[in-house]
Amino acid sequence: MSHLGDLPPVAAILIAIFVVCGSSLALLGSIGLVRLKSFYQRLHAPTMSYSYGTLLIVLGSMAMFSLLEERPVVHELIIGVFMLITTPISLLMLGRAALRRDRDAKLGHDEIVPPRVVPEEIQSEALRDLSQYGEGKLDRGLLSPSSHE
Amino acid sequence: MSANLILEYALSYAQIAMVVAIGLTCWRIIRGPRAQDRVLAIDTMYLNAMLLFLLIGMGNGNVFFFEGALVIAVLGFITTVCAAKFLMRGEVVE
Repeated sequence: MSHLGDLPPVAAILIAIFVVCGSSLALLGSIGLVRLKSFYQRLHAPTMSYSYGTLLIVLGSMAMFSLLEERPVVHELIIGVFMLITTPISLLMLGRAALRRDRDAKLGHDEIVPPRVVPEEIQSEALRDLSQYGEGKLDRGLLSPSSHE
Repeated sequence: MSANLILEYALSYAQIAMVVAIGLTCWRIIRGPRAQDRVLAIDTMYLNAMLLFLLIGMGNGNVFFFEGALVIAVLGFITTVCAAKFLMRGEVVE
């Protein structure tokens, strides 16, 4: 690797420390994804590689290319900012989907989306029909599984 | 032992660690008890592949691996959001 010889030794050792720490944290996140027991515990494991792994490797890459090309190279910051923005969105949506699926499984609708309220029932007594389109309305069959069968 | 050799070994270790991490997420994709576990594992695999691309770019001294890493990051976000929407409501675009 010829291009690595152009780096000053102190910067090379610093970049090596950044890269080793970042990749070790990302590996720890994946090990946690395998070893933790329930889904809600597993949801916390990859956040380590999302935050610190990405931060350290992006910092190392920025430092290395800035020193090699002798000008500030900051386009790796796009990946860092993008990860900073998108990680809460995706993990929050995944957690909400898992909560909804667990509630449906508890009510006896495993792996099936709960049934939509038919239009004839919209006019009848609504528990919490906020949108006036039957969106937030509870189906009676969900509350009493015995009558559902 | 020169500093450049240390950096070379560090980059090799980091690439091997990322490949091992991708293998672990593949195990979770195959074994995942329910669909949300698989979606979470796919999301983590996209992230690990993006970090692997960044590390390969650092090892080669090539700036253009960065663009591949950026494309993988965007695709991973869109994949996870669409899969979560599908798991939550049963349809992606409402």
